[in-house]
Amino acid sequence: MKYAWPWELSRSGVLNMNRRNISYIGRYNQRKFYKRVDDKLITKQLALANNIAVPDLIGVVHEQHKIQEIPAMVSDRTGFVIKPAKGSGGKGIMVITKVNNGCYYKPNGHEVTQNEIYRHVSNILSGLFSLGGKPDVAIVEGLIEFDPVFEGFSYEGVPDIRLIVFKGFPVMGMLRLSTAASDGKANLHQGAVGVGLDIATGKSLHAVQFDLPVDKHPDTHFPLNNMTVPHWETLLHTASSAYEMCELGYLGTDMVLDKNKGPLLLELNARPGLTIQIANGRGILPRLKHVEAMKGPAMSVEERVAYAKKHFSSNPKF
Amino acid sequence: MHSRKPFYIFVALLFIIGISTSIYRGIEHNVPFLPGEQVQSWAVDAKVSFVGSNQPAEVNFSLPNDPAFDVLVENATSPGYGLSISNDVSNRRAIWSIREASGPQALYYRVTLVPTGKLDIQATGTPMVPEPYLWPATEKSAADQVIEDVWGRSATNLSFAQQLMNLINDSEQSQNMALLLSANTSTNLFVQMLHSKGVPARIVNGLQLEDQRRRQQLTSYVQVYNNGEWVLFDIPNNKKGRDNTLVLWEYSGHSVLDVMGGINSQVNFSMLQDTRSALATSIDMMMNDDALDFSLYQLPLEEQSLFKGILLIPIGVLVVVFLRVIVGIKTSGTFMPVLIALAFIQTTLLTGLIGFLLIVAFGLMIRSYLSTLNLLLISRISAVIIVVIFIIGLFTLISFKLGLSEGLTITFFPMIILAWTIERMSILWEEEGPKKVFVSGGGSLFVATLAYLAMDNQLVQHWVFNFLGIHLVILALVLVMGQYTGYRLTELKRFKPLVGDK
Repeated sequence: MKYAWPWELSRSGVLNMNRRNISYIGRYNQRKFYKRVDDKLITKQLALANNIAVPDLIGVVHEQHKIQEIPAMVSDRTGFVIKPAKGSGGKGIMVITKVNNGCYYKPNGHEVTQNEIYRHVSNILSGLFSLGGKPDVAIVEGLIEFDPVFEGFSYEGVPDIRLIVFKGFPVMGMLRLSTAASDGKANLHQGAVGVGLDIATGKSLHAVQFDLPVDKHPDTHFPLNNMTVPHWETLLHTASSAYEMCELGYLGTDMVLDKNKGPLLLELNARPGLTIQIANGRGILPRLKHVEAMKGPAMSVEERVAYAKKHFSSNPKF
Repeated sequence: MHSRKPFYIFVALLFIIGISTSIYRGIEHNVPFLPGEQVQSWAVDAKVSFVGSNQPAEVNFSLPNDPAFDVLVENATSPGYGLSISNDVSNRRAIWSIREASGPQALYYRVTLVPTGKLDIQATGTPMVPEPYLWPATEKSAADQVIEDVWGRSATNLSFAQQLMNLINDSEQSQNMALLLSANTSTNLFVQMLHSKGVPARIVNGLQLEDQRRRQQLTSYVQVYNNGEWVLFDIPNNKKGRDNTLVLWEYSGHSVLDVMGGINSQVNFSMLQDTRSALATSIDMMMNDDALDFSLYQLPLEEQSLFKGILLIPIGVLVVVFLRVIVGIKTSGTFMPVLIALAFIQTTLLTGLIGFLLIVAFGLMIRSYLSTLNLLLISRISAVIIVVIFIIGLFTLISFKLGLSEGLTITFFPMIILAWTIERMSILWEEEGPKKVFVSGGGSLFVATLAYLAMDNQLVQHWVFNFLGIHLVILALVLVMGQYTGYRLTELKRFKPLVGDK
């Protein structure tokens, strides 16, 4: 049978779209704080103010006539990333991993001409990728030199770690590995592999691609069943402290591990997707309800992380 | 967390108000619940004729005022006569007058009557107890015997009247009855006997409606008062009660026709049965009563037809909300399918689908060229809009040359929406590949088709325009669906792996 009965899902504690929107996003995320996460430039500034490490900013393009300044901006770089400040769902992110006398190359080796970069930035400024089509700015960031511990795990892209933080508690996590299908991007709906992580240890639990379980990376054929994300404690702390920073109750934090700088906060998401449940092979609802039912005084970041490690650990499903 | 109670009360109120105003409209204003419903109507001509005697003449003619029939249209033709119609509630009359009438005169009154089904005549108050009839000496003992005999066998006014009528029409009459009937008409005798016992009763004039009859006369009937209601008796035919082919032309005790300054006056009726649309009838009736409250029929015709389209949008929106919230289908552009569906209504489904696919396919080809030009978004969209207009013009021309009249309706597509659709699909194509374009385009077309099927439904079109309360119900439904936290249909499949191994 291809369909589950609603009560089966409900018994497994699966959070669904409507409920996420009404009972969590609608209830815990105040509209006025949205711009802190929807505008990546503001997120970056807030993170710096809160001593949270982020990828370094090369420059910002605010106006169409400044587009020509991009080559100068990135002249001393070997790679860079252009993203819309208000983009959603990974749209409009262009990753250049190699610059070779005026030619730019995407992670898959395809050449990108300067004109294509100009057009892309122009589209970003016109608001093609922003929510509601509003005019936007383009952010040029340094390329993350990803930690060699992930060597072989990911194909052409930077693996990133998504943690769902509910009222400051990291409740569920996954590692997202880009694939050939996802064009170097770590967005699951574009074909990246999602690996569910144990909150207590950072060990892998379960992996999916296109919502279907996998046990090897489809391109690198690297087994996914026995890996551990390093710097796990720091990642949990960074994610948890993002709650104080943006004051959104139901939050998705995206982080990467840089070779030199350690965990970096890439972006925050006020509407994190639901696929993390599939990657973890379990519903998130019991953990959300657990946090909702908690009483007592507000906890510090350390206390929250300790609490989460104790209560939201799970057994591997491989 | 605040209470949800006020919300649910509000939604319930919307729902109840919507339903009850619709029902009120259906019952009170006779707006038919189904489209294409027909009602019977009667065109009745009354011809009043008399011979003038070279002096001023005044003709006073009673007009029908029967709750069983609504007057749809009435008019009087009477060359040279002054006419006034008095709309007294209990006694409507037409009064013709002329300074000098000589020779045969003919006055015409024509009315269109629509049966309402309200056959009961309520009394406006308790009628006075009638004066007992004074029987002539020759009839008195016979009458008394019959009355006392029947009175003894009856319980109420009604049963008394019923038995009297039966007795009058009995084929084996007693000698007493035969005597009484030889001196009186059966109708008069019936009323006199009721009056003798103090039972209120009156003679009224009715017109039996029968299709294509001419030179008909009014017939006398008797109304007997019983418990706040006047019950009709047809004595010669031994029938109690009435049906919807009888118009009580005059039943308030006044004369039907008074002519001053003329002789040999009489009135003849001819009638014709007609069927007409129930909707048109109810609109005409509302026009007559000035009771068009909240009806869009007050608007000029052009605005009416505009609203016929606008009022379908809530239906399309409802379909979209349902398919997105409950089913979980993805579309490109939230309400784009509704606008496409509106265009489908003009073009019909198949032509619309073909036209849409042609325009979008051509648009995508042009757009792929534009994307190499590295234009600003606004100019690119504008260019796409202009190109879409070219495409539409071209297809219209080609289909006209080929004699395909369906192709001409392609102009109904909303061009701006099409341009945005093309732009979005083109971006989707570049970013995620053609497969996503077909999924999202197919989803949009599927939703548009369902919205079209809902909006094109005769019943739906009839309801949204004639029963505005329906829109409150739709609003309530949309609000309730906005509260739905359950699983979407597509999520049952998406999250299937989460229950598979448990």
